[in-house]
Amino acid sequence: MKTFGGKVLFLDRSDINTDEIIPAKYLTEISKEALKPHMLEDLKLEGFNPQDPAVLASKVLVTRANFGCGSSREHAPWVFEVNDINVVIASSFARIFRQNMFNCGMLAIELPEATIDELFALKADDATIAIDFDKDMLTISSAKGTKTINYRIAEFDKALVKAGGWVEFADSKY
Amino acid sequence: MAMTLAEKIFRSHLRDEPFPGTKVLNIDVVLCHEITTPIAINDLVARGKDRVFDPSKVKVVIDHVTPSKDTKTATQAKILRDWARRQNIRDFFDIGRNGVCHAIFPEKGFIRPGYTVIMGDSHTCTHGAFGAFAAGVGTTDLEVGILKGVCSFRTPETIRVNVNGKLPEGVYAKDVILKVIKHLTVKGATDCVIEFQGEVVKAMSMESRMTLCNMAIEAGGTSGVCMPDEVTVEYLWPFISEEYADKAAAAADYRKWWSDEGCTYKKVLDIDVTNMEPQVTVGFKPDEVKNVSEVVGTPVDQVYIGSCTNGRIEDLRVAAAYLKGKEISPLVRGIVSPATPKIFRQADEEGIIRIFMEAGFCVTNPTCGACLGMSNGVLAPGEVCASTTNRNFNGRMGKGGMVHLMSPAVAAVSALAGKIADPRTFAKETI
Repeated sequence: MKTFGGKVLFLDRSDINTDEIIPAKYLTEISKEALKPHMLEDLKLEGFNPQDPAVLASKVLVTRANFGCGSSREHAPWVFEVNDINVVIASSFARIFRQNMFNCGMLAIELPEATIDELFALKADDATIAIDFDKDMLTISSAKGTKTINYRIAEFDKALVKAGGWVEFADSKY
Repeated sequence: MAMTLAEKIFRSHLRDEPFPGTKVLNIDVVLCHEITTPIAINDLVARGKDRVFDPSKVKVVIDHVTPSKDTKTATQAKILRDWARRQNIRDFFDIGRNGVCHAIFPEKGFIRPGYTVIMGDSHTCTHGAFGAFAAGVGTTDLEVGILKGVCSFRTPETIRVNVNGKLPEGVYAKDVILKVIKHLTVKGATDCVIEFQGEVVKAMSMESRMTLCNMAIEAGGTSGVCMPDEVTVEYLWPFISEEYADKAAAAADYRKWWSDEGCTYKKVLDIDVTNMEPQVTVGFKPDEVKNVSEVVGTPVDQVYIGSCTNGRIEDLRVAAAYLKGKEISPLVRGIVSPATPKIFRQADEEGIIRIFMEAGFCVTNPTCGACLGMSNGVLAPGEVCASTTNRNFNGRMGKGGMVHLMSPAVAAVSALAGKIADPRTFAKETI
């Protein structure tokens, strides 16, 4: 199983699409590692710099609604994976992106909009999120405070994370 | 119990329900292209599982960048080509015979009512036009599909869209789907199937139905679907004529997939198109849609007609009807890409290729190319494209570029005007 948790990257926008996460011109790469320098390269967000060291040091992404909409490219979860971001927390996900995350043994955690607001309220340079995978719990800590939140993911998605992904799960079962 | 078309397909293809709410389905057709498949192939090889569950159910095309533009794209094509040969996949379409996946696979008769279809491409929802459940998936789902012939889904709910009234002159399936996306928003159909019903859909050709279903994903939908009927039978007849005594028998058989009276819909959306204007997107999301009259005069640098949304013969005919005997604005670059070799040949025979060329269009080979900014028509920063494609995301056709989505009719007259124009104010010739 992957390790989850660490420094938080807050992206305060809805409908961030897969072309913004990893532009199509990099889909000609045939290794995940080659995607690494291009994470969020085309993101349209005021003041965001994809090369900011704080962005590159992040381990958890917190964002708004419909994250990962658009293309089916698994290069979107992969570019996070090779940058050590194994958790994305959002108020909702596009279906294919969400499935791709779990298929790779990564975590896509959906929380109500009000709870996402609470996470954003604790936004600070030092914000971190710790994940207790077995208890379905996350704790956010920053200079502004600490908060523990229970989340729910589907049983199947949890099984995929435990198995290490869909190939592992399916290969032993079908 | 009364069921939707999607529920019937889920019931008939259920392989396993590992947890409540998760269904693992047997897949009838696994479609592959050179962008998302090579990493799956390499991973299967690395795992010592370089196998295919059933080579007759795997269909393969090189379409996104073809002919290859550089070493990287040539390598992707080679991985796919070598694999198709090694696995004895007979339905493999390479240069000279290749076309845009969601145009060529239906054209070959691979998609049938009641089928489950997956592909590592979000616009796989197109194939739901045949009354199939067709979903775009990532590379891992594709890899398991190739190896095991299964894929997992949450049980989808269905949103029914009734398209009623009569399409006015200059208004087409593309305008209808843009309007639907505007209503549903880019996330309104997440985890849902969008079912297109109503008299307008019933009267539509398979090409138009494919245009509708193609953009279901732009509202977040898992698959678009239409009820398979006489129009579906007519399209598929060359492939199914030995299975049925006559066309009526085929149509009667396909009715078994229709959503039942009294089935449960998550939502029903009624749209009357009688007074609808042509629709055009603004901004960077496909639900930012306006009436053409609100955007007429917006300057454009390039006009692109093609893609899995609007690169079929019907689309080329519509565009050619506006372009015949005219020349496009010197301020605009026109590019047309017939979606398959068959469409290209047909357009040639009908004199449509000549109309495009005389109008000043560049006619390219069938490819996805420009739609996603990979080749054959990439924009420079600050440039604007009037396009019959399906996504207007920031940088989609090239970093810093902007895309307005529209029908082939609006695209054609915009090429003539050098700015976004309203086809209802232009003369249309007979082709």
